Amino acid sequence: MPGFLKEFFNRNGMGMGLTILGLVLFWTVGLIILPQLSMLDFSFRPNLPPPEIGGPKDVYTLENYKYLIFGPEGGSQDYNVVDLKVFYRTLIAAVFVTIFNLILCYPIAYYLGQTKGNHIRIFALMLIIPYWINEILRAFALRIIFGESGVLNTVLMGLGVFDTPFDFVRNDIALYAGLGYAYILLMIFPIYNVIESLDRNQIEAARDMGASWWRIHRRVVIPYAKPGISSGCTMVFMLSAGALAAPQILGGPSSLWFTQLIYQQFNDNSDWPQGAAYAVVLLVTCILLVLLAMRLFKVNMGDIGK
Amino acid sequence: MSAGVGVDLENLWIRFGDFVAVRDANVHIKGGDFFSFLGPSGCGKTTILRAVSGFLEPSEGNVLIGGNNMKGIGPNKRPTALIFQNLALFPLMKVWENITFSMEIKGASAGERRKRADELLEMIALPDQGDKLPSELSGGQRQRVAIARALCAEPDVLLLDEPLSALDLKLRQHMRTELREIQKRVGITFIYITHDQGEALTMSDDIAVMRAGVIDQIADGKTIYNDPATAFAASFVGENNVFRGKVAKVMGNEVMISTNRSGDLVSRVSTANQGKLNVGDDAMMFIRPEALALAPDGASGDHFVTATVTHEEFEGNVFNIFTEGDGGKEIKVSLPNLGQSFESHTGQPITLEYDSNNAVAVPAGELAAE
Repeated sequence: MPGFLKEFFNRNGMGMGLTILGLVLFWTVGLIILPQLSMLDFSFRPNLPPPEIGGPKDVYTLENYKYLIFGPEGGSQDYNVVDLKVFYRTLIAAVFVTIFNLILCYPIAYYLGQTKGNHIRIFALMLIIPYWINEILRAFALRIIFGESGVLNTVLMGLGVFDTPFDFVRNDIALYAGLGYAYILLMIFPIYNVIESLDRNQIEAARDMGASWWRIHRRVVIPYAKPGISSGCTMVFMLSAGALAAPQILGGPSSLWFTQLIYQQFNDNSDWPQGAAYAVVLLVTCILLVLLAMRLFKVNMGDIGK
Repeated sequence: MSAGVGVDLENLWIRFGDFVAVRDANVHIKGGDFFSFLGPSGCGKTTILRAVSGFLEPSEGNVLIGGNNMKGIGPNKRPTALIFQNLALFPLMKVWENITFSMEIKGASAGERRKRADELLEMIALPDQGDKLPSELSGGQRQRVAIARALCAEPDVLLLDEPLSALDLKLRQHMRTELREIQKRVGITFIYITHDQGEALTMSDDIAVMRAGVIDQIADGKTIYNDPATAFAASFVGENNVFRGKVAKVMGNEVMISTNRSGDLVSRVSTANQGKLNVGDDAMMFIRPEALALAPDGASGDHFVTATVTHEEFEGNVFNIFTEGDGGKEIKVSLPNLGQSFESHTGQPITLEYDSNNAVAVPAGELAAE
């Protein structure tokens, strides 16, 4: 038995230790790893009617992955331009939502983390309470604000900014706002947690030595907050790339989100293997992008957990 | 070497809401001096330091550095450098980057900075430690890095906010000497904040004793110790025995005090209070433990005190005798250990003797908390 396990059992006793270990294994293996492995397995199989499953036609194949790249066999185009474009646009949009969220949330997190007083708790509460409301309701509320005869258009037209209503939905502004809003907490709180433990004297010391605010943030605060920033960015990126409700409700008619394609495959086309292949491609690409970003910004895996 | 840049506080008031943190402070700090603000926690000394460094705007009055009024000038524009109580080194920067952060701000090249860092590391006796992180150094080494970082900015005035309080006793005593030496070498003005009278006395040219926002006395260490201006200064700096009473007679620079429990005693009046103590005034008289000596039995008069011994202790260099005293406070007598034998007096009355020159009388006032 490795040392850490022995220590774990010594500290918790055999019975309690086995219970905790069993629950953790059930959670990670039973609820996360096994279903994902079965999805991976699905993605390499043809879409067969139930009687033929397990039959001679049920063999491993790459056709589901081929489909994403080359489209249906004998199709009019060499590549599956439509789906690949959606895939690419989803990833780019998720990157932008993440950057936008970071720019918006860093000052809020900094303020919350470095200001003392009871009003901070009230601010934090005011940020949290809206999240008691169902995600779908929140998305529809944004539709009411951004709709053609919505609050924003009424106000802007009343002020004479526009003559005719501006279509926030068709221009994807509603979608980006919705995605940004959906995950701000996941950006604010990891950064807030780290910045709260930053010694205020360090900021004052830098200021005393003549540093500008910009330099204080670049050299003192941001390096210190890096674990929180990377943790927040990872979560926001992963969740926006995988979001379904916001694109469904706030997306323009012409702009599909990749998750909507996956949903269509599973639900509308009943093609689970095809849906699974799309989902696997999205997951693996997102993970690779996150690893690349971590490499670029010199972040350790351990920092993400902070 | 230049004479250094002086600092003046003129009618300085600092209020937080209704609370007055600093009350009408007037201080002249000579250029090149090692000046300490000494007082218990909460007396306003750190507030004064923050006003000098620019982190705090005074409510009234002026801070002058080198004769220039600092009103409206931020901490990043003042010729001061502050060493924080917890040092506030940047944990993610290497030691050399920490030290030369002020040069980085001014746009110095990495080569220049590295060179300057090496010079300063040499000065603080930490050569070849530049590439370490602060967390890899010991407490005393971090202390010295913080000093080097502050000096690298080439300030006219170095401000130190109890920087030794986190160190253990041995290191603290060692750093006192080192700080004083560094100050003499660089020749700039040091303003030092402390509640430790030992630090203030050993290092400072001049000391301001503070109590509840008020500066009680500004003088060199010897004067404050031997000739305190207030009851607070007398009781806060060093150990002191207090005798309360009323002035019975004024005799030039001496007074006769009719004490509450030790009869009529004669005392010198402290310089700051000469001519201010009149017959009938409430007064306090202080005698240091080392200024009391055992008198022959039966001696009596205006410089003898009789009291019953409560307990005794042997401290090595001195033998301490404690007797019942005034207002619940014991009288402490410290007899130097010169190899003689000490016989125990516990439970017995003894007579103590002092020279009226070694006693000092001030108007009755608040004593320092123990």
